[in-house]
Amino acid sequence: MSKPKVALYWAASCGGCEIAVLDIGDRILPLTEAVDIVFWPCAIDIKYDEVRAMEDDEIDLCLFNGAIRNSENEEMAKLLRQKSKLLVAYGSCAYEGCIPGLANLKTRKEILRRNYIEIPSMDNPDGIYPQTRTEVPEGILELPELYDTVYTLDQVVDVDYYVPGCPPVADQTWAVLEAVLEGNLPEKGSVVGAGTKIVCDDCPLEKKETKISRFFRPHEIIPEPDICLLEQGIYCAGIGTRAGCEALCPSVGMPCRGCYGPPPEVFDQGAKIVSALGSIIDSEDPDEVDRIMEQIPCPAGLFYRFSLPHSILRRKTTDDYKD
Amino acid sequence: MKRIGVFVCHCGINIAETVDVKRVAEEAMKMEGVAYAQDYIYMCSEPGQTLVREKIVEEKLDAVIIAACSPNLHESTFRAAAEEAGLNPWQCEIANIREQCSWVHTDREKATSKAIHIVATIVQKTKLNESLEPIPVSITKKALVIGGGIAGIQAALDIADSGHKVILVEKESSIGGHMAQLSETFPTLDCSQCILTPKMVAAGKHPNIELMTYSQVDEVSGYVGNFKVRIRQKAAFVDWSKCNGCGLCMEKCPAKVSSVFDRELAKHGAIYVPFPQAVPNKPVIDKDSCIYFKSGKCRLCEKVCEIGAIDFEQEDRFIEEEVGAIITATGFDTLPVVDLAEYGAGEVPDVIDGLAFERLLSASGPTVGEVRRPSDGMVPKEIVFVQCAGSRDPERYKPYCSKICCMYTTKHALLYKHRVHDGQPYIFYIDIRTGGKGYEEFYHNAEEEEGIIYLRGKVAKIFRDGDKTVVWGTDTLTGRNIEIAADLVVLATAVVPKDSTAELVKKLRIQTGPNGFLAEAHPKLRPVESINSGFFIAGAAQGPKDIPETVSQASAAACKVISLFSRDHLEQDPAIAWVDEDLCGGCRICISVCPYDAREFDEEKGIVIVNEALCEGCGSCVAACACGATQQRNLSDSQIKSMVTASLGGV
Repeated sequence: MSKPKVALYWAASCGGCEIAVLDIGDRILPLTEAVDIVFWPCAIDIKYDEVRAMEDDEIDLCLFNGAIRNSENEEMAKLLRQKSKLLVAYGSCAYEGCIPGLANLKTRKEILRRNYIEIPSMDNPDGIYPQTRTEVPEGILELPELYDTVYTLDQVVDVDYYVPGCPPVADQTWAVLEAVLEGNLPEKGSVVGAGTKIVCDDCPLEKKETKISRFFRPHEIIPEPDICLLEQGIYCAGIGTRAGCEALCPSVGMPCRGCYGPPPEVFDQGAKIVSALGSIIDSEDPDEVDRIMEQIPCPAGLFYRFSLPHSILRRKTTDDYKD
Repeated sequence: MKRIGVFVCHCGINIAETVDVKRVAEEAMKMEGVAYAQDYIYMCSEPGQTLVREKIVEEKLDAVIIAACSPNLHESTFRAAAEEAGLNPWQCEIANIREQCSWVHTDREKATSKAIHIVATIVQKTKLNESLEPIPVSITKKALVIGGGIAGIQAALDIADSGHKVILVEKESSIGGHMAQLSETFPTLDCSQCILTPKMVAAGKHPNIELMTYSQVDEVSGYVGNFKVRIRQKAAFVDWSKCNGCGLCMEKCPAKVSSVFDRELAKHGAIYVPFPQAVPNKPVIDKDSCIYFKSGKCRLCEKVCEIGAIDFEQEDRFIEEEVGAIITATGFDTLPVVDLAEYGAGEVPDVIDGLAFERLLSASGPTVGEVRRPSDGMVPKEIVFVQCAGSRDPERYKPYCSKICCMYTTKHALLYKHRVHDGQPYIFYIDIRTGGKGYEEFYHNAEEEEGIIYLRGKVAKIFRDGDKTVVWGTDTLTGRNIEIAADLVVLATAVVPKDSTAELVKKLRIQTGPNGFLAEAHPKLRPVESINSGFFIAGAAQGPKDIPETVSQASAAACKVISLFSRDHLEQDPAIAWVDEDLCGGCRICISVCPYDAREFDEEKGIVIVNEALCEGCGSCVAACACGATQQRNLSDSQIKSMVTASLGGV
């Protein structure tokens, strides 16, 4: 029997997920023994046309990381869907939109204006914007089109499984690979490589009852060791974030940022966390509550740091929404 | 898939005039899961209910939706009807298309469309409704009444007479409250003490009433039928079990303390009973005024007490009790004169409040019923009574009407005329309100027969000039400014909640309204209940009221308690919060937000659990649970999500 064929692809993401795959360490060797890696632009020299030439469903497993941010991301998502038996949204960007997804708080017009006109280091007196087609003496150059909205992978193609994390932790990645190789897979559409509870369940810090009268950003306070960070006024997303990382961040005194996404029964992680925090602000006075909440400079960016495109909000709508 | 029946009520024209009820039924019939839909003129009528019952059987319905008025009105009616036809009551839902639709709209087309959306929303909820069973809760048939004024006394007597035990807790050393301070009562002018003391004595002697005076509620936990209370009995420094009430100690005590009961118009010793008819008639030592406690010398009371009842070593005592219901009847205070800057801020000696004037009129008061002013004991020849002193003044003082002042001021003026025949009373008023049996007649008699001068207007300023107290006011009927050089001024100061009420409600976990008075569950239909089960309210702690109203409310609250105690066990609504053990990560945020202490951390399982008997189903924990482990039964997140989707027109 031939070895299973595996593809890995990197769309709109930082590249951390690629590193996360390598992070399985020595186990990469038995992995490459067990499977054929047929497509991995980051690591092996292969062209898109070679994928296009494959049979449909020829790839057994595709780990797709990154959000869908431009026409190239979408084209590759559709191509890999067509060529793969199992398409896995690997990492927070593909699953939920993650940091690239925060672009949904702005329009394409605003983003391009900011990047090509407004920023102080820009020298662009003619106000030239990037074009999808540019004529040069040698012919026409084409660039992918930047989309107005960032999409998650499952908003453009059918997805079989989701692996959360920014990035997914190595052991979880290995567990998913093992499960696939052994054919030991849960129901389609499941989140794999994660727990069912929340980060607090794995967090070693001591929890009592929580009331918040002031929020601290991590640089504004040296937290007491061993005590729940949220109780100390440091925004920790552990209360609304799926377990699976073994509470890596809070274990070393840094607050959970929420990268493992919503727990199983939650469909909007940001809204749930806002609802929870709203319940524990220690004041009945609306003005004081406002003052406390003002200590959070960018609520949308904080509470929806990983999940905006995947949330009920999806994006900010404005009057000049379309450019 | 459930088979759901939808029954659309016309409510006469209440709904049908604005909403096309037939179309609502037709559209409902097209909704997924709806097996039957029909409209009817009065769904709550017997034929309407019969229709529901028959169709449940004929159409083999698993759930029904009544599109009608608010669930507050007829949810229980239709749940009972559904249960009679064999359905679980929690498979019956109300779609409110009256209060939330027909009554608030005029555009028939849009209102009909909204009604259809409301029905669609409830269909989504109903699809996912579980069948539930009420949670049985045992009940301790013993009541706690807090406050020993006329409200608390009446409530305690009524409950005790029904055969149940009552603990009556009073902060002062004697029961009686403000009513004991009054001289005569309007409009019949019967002596307040004479009608009150028999009830005080009855409460003191009743075998089912345990009187705990000089005591305060320290802590309350538990839930309806099963409260645990801790009561602190303050040290009286007198062993009441020995004291025979001879009063010798009080005669000999050399300290002089202003009497709170006599509104500081008289003095008593540091060891005292507040008034001669006190129940129990046992003295207490005011530690702050006692010469021995202050200087370490004296102990005169100890020397004269032949039976050795004085005990300077006594300490506060804590008593734990279990009760099934709690009535709060903590009464009122009046706005202090010192708070009223334009009326002399308490610095003008001959400006007193209504309760002080009661003491001056009282046969057992400091002047033995003779009206003599505080500054020099002179019998005043001209008295100005100022109504609404701090009431009906939203900018500076209290926005509400104190309700009893119109009547008691008229009574004061009348009793003054009866004592001082050549005296002249003036009453400044904004409006005279006489809504009570015999009240208007009482006022008319005073105005027409007794020579009391009523001046419609507010008093702007009161100040002292020689031995006179000058009142500046305006008569708004004639438009003239008025100046009266009076001998005495009596302010009808605003009725306010007791200072201690705010602290008490926190311990009890009951609510107050915007002005600090106890909040009732419903202003019209549940006036003597708190929102929280097992708590009842009576008397002026709930809002200003006169004696007959206070007594009626006290009896009503007692009746509610007796009705609660008539059952073998209580049934708790099962539509409360629950925790999915597989999801709960033990963050414990829900514990901090639960107003009923219904959540606790289970160390063994590492999760939070719900005490079903304590949970009132308020949903605070559901909102606070970021991991989605806590859900409200029959109002889960997935139900709400599909309801929101349906209400926005999606499916």
